Amino acid sequence: MSIKDGRRSSERRERRLGVSYAAPMGVWFTVFFIAPLVIIILYSFLKRGLYGGVEWEFSLTAYGQMFNPNFGKVLLRTIWISVVATAFCILLAIPTGYAMARSKHQTLLLFLIIIPFWTNSLIRIYAWISILSTEGFFNEILKSLGIIDEGLHLIYNHGSVILVLIYMYLPFAILPLFTTIDKFDFSLLDAARDLGATKFGAIRLVMLPNIRSGLLTAIVFTFIPIFGAYTVPLLVGGKDSTMIGNIIVDQVSKTRNWPLASAFSMILTLVSTVGVIWMMMSSRKEQAQKKNVTNQQKTEQNILDHHTTGGEA
Amino acid sequence: MLRNRIAQAMGGMGKRLKGVEVTAGHVTRSYGDFKALDDVSVRIEKGEFFSLLGPSGCGKTTLLRIIAGFDSPDSGTVLFDGKDVLPFPPEKRQSNTVFQTYALFPHLTVYENIAFPLRLKHVDKQEIDRKVREYVHLVQLDEHIDKKPNMLSGGQKQRVAIARALINEPSVLLLDEPLSALDAKLRQNLLIELDELHDKVGITFIYVTHDQSEALSVSDRIAVMNHGKVLQIGTPYEIYEAPATEFVAKFIGETNLYPCTVTSCERYNDEYMMTIDVPSLGRAIYVTDEEPMEIGRGLNFTVRPEKITITIEPPSKQKAGINTFHGIVEEPVYSGFQSKFYVQLDDVGTVVKVFKQHTNFMDDGPEIEWKDLVYVSWSADDGYLVKVIDE
Repeated sequence: MSIKDGRRSSERRERRLGVSYAAPMGVWFTVFFIAPLVIIILYSFLKRGLYGGVEWEFSLTAYGQMFNPNFGKVLLRTIWISVVATAFCILLAIPTGYAMARSKHQTLLLFLIIIPFWTNSLIRIYAWISILSTEGFFNEILKSLGIIDEGLHLIYNHGSVILVLIYMYLPFAILPLFTTIDKFDFSLLDAARDLGATKFGAIRLVMLPNIRSGLLTAIVFTFIPIFGAYTVPLLVGGKDSTMIGNIIVDQVSKTRNWPLASAFSMILTLVSTVGVIWMMMSSRKEQAQKKNVTNQQKTEQNILDHHTTGGEA
Repeated sequence: MLRNRIAQAMGGMGKRLKGVEVTAGHVTRSYGDFKALDDVSVRIEKGEFFSLLGPSGCGKTTLLRIIAGFDSPDSGTVLFDGKDVLPFPPEKRQSNTVFQTYALFPHLTVYENIAFPLRLKHVDKQEIDRKVREYVHLVQLDEHIDKKPNMLSGGQKQRVAIARALINEPSVLLLDEPLSALDAKLRQNLLIELDELHDKVGITFIYVTHDQSEALSVSDRIAVMNHGKVLQIGTPYEIYEAPATEFVAKFIGETNLYPCTVTSCERYNDEYMMTIDVPSLGRAIYVTDEEPMEIGRGLNFTVRPEKITITIEPPSKQKAGINTFHGIVEEPVYSGFQSKFYVQLDDVGTVVKVFKQHTNFMDDGPEIEWKDLVYVSWSADDGYLVKVIDE
């Protein structure tokens, strides 16, 4: 009895300690993540103040204002730019991750992918401006090669926005894909080819389904930040390349319609939530499958018994 | 048992596939400075169960991968029935492989794994279903047909891999250490099943293994490899009884092996009786061989431990050509059906390995224990001269 009680009380103490271990993280998240989120949700349902801020009066005006054809255009543009940029990121990241996983110099390659993060992202965007602009690096090279006489308009359009977005977020696609491809058993590709698949067929039929979780993470990790991007369209986009992020900035700082800004940021929150839930659900499915593996030992024992007692009939 | 099922199923199906002759000629393959294969030539006959045997890194898997088409040689030829297959990728060759780690597709069920090659060939759906069920039944996995590989045991996975490799009806089945991940008991059973399967389907099996007992028990012929070279090709009997090189003698089974010099050689019936000087044994001994050796030639003398008799009483000297030594038992090891003795010889101190088979109680003789003084003896016929001394 006493031993049992002792154990139970120590368990209880453990549990209490667990709470206190998690407390700093909990406080941090509450103050800097949940509280701001609640404020934004709240603001989106309030009336706008005349010079910024809000009036404490319930209102759905902000959500009504969102159904403006101009905003609709921006939302559609944000979606298609994000989809195209994400698709390119993934298409580039799969072969890159594959090559890295098969390389002998993995550490060096990982290092090379991380190096750009040492430079501030604004500076990197400005670097693209100096590369793409009409008198920029790229045009100067083409001119000196005699291919063109006059600088091409490579910047301040949708293309440049997509290009720079791909550049900015490609590492977020490469890293999760590299990690899953690295764990992938490459002998499966040999097996697929042995059984009649072409090189490309083996990758499509065997590798892609087995790196699903990495693909999913890569998609979510690139799509969400791209969807909320605002510096890239602001700096390398044209007059008509604004995205949702730019609307939010404008509504906060210029138009000073804080409830509308909050309502728009709710869209971003919604998109990320859906992405994260999708990721969680598919990882749970994978976990459920792995759980069955524990049954394997039982089966193995059965087989062994069968063979030893069944004899060499 | 499974092999009866296979016999029935294959018989019922009338499955007797056609094997091909596989020839590798002067195959060389290097990875940087490392020579994985160094001028390797083997000719594997139609329908043969052929093993490539050697320690890890000897080049056996490289040779298998070259035959399968996963790797290409730097020089040399690979022919199936005399036809050059090197220009063809793996999917265009009449060979299929059972991989060491099974390489089952984890996202597909047993059914889908086995159907995979047929679906690639766009075989009619009903035909796929019929054939897959046939092969699933063949490897006795009917009740596991809808399971994913991670729910199967090692032995079951291996059977899926075999069914998947056979469903394409290849002419050569390449097996890359298919049993190495299984425990000993299961391995023994699956080995017998594999042998039975080979007899039924009749195609050429090329079996890569580092386990000499596996190779000896199932192969028609074995190629023993080391450091990228084929040292000897022969039947299991030849390889065990007449090892061509020092390495083969040591790698296959256990043996006593000592350097020696030929001191005399004379004809004796249809053989040659020789005396050889063995420094490690302290004196000259008798040994017979089918061919004469020149006097003064340096060779290796080998005698298998199970061919040595161990007795407490001195053996009666009626027969000529018996070599007898006296020593002390330094380490008796009892292992059920046999006992192993490590006997240290008087004067020279060399340790001789002796295996004594246990028979019935009456014939077993007095028990030999630690520190017993014993006689070890063997006939000149049971010794063997290994001609090639490894550098």
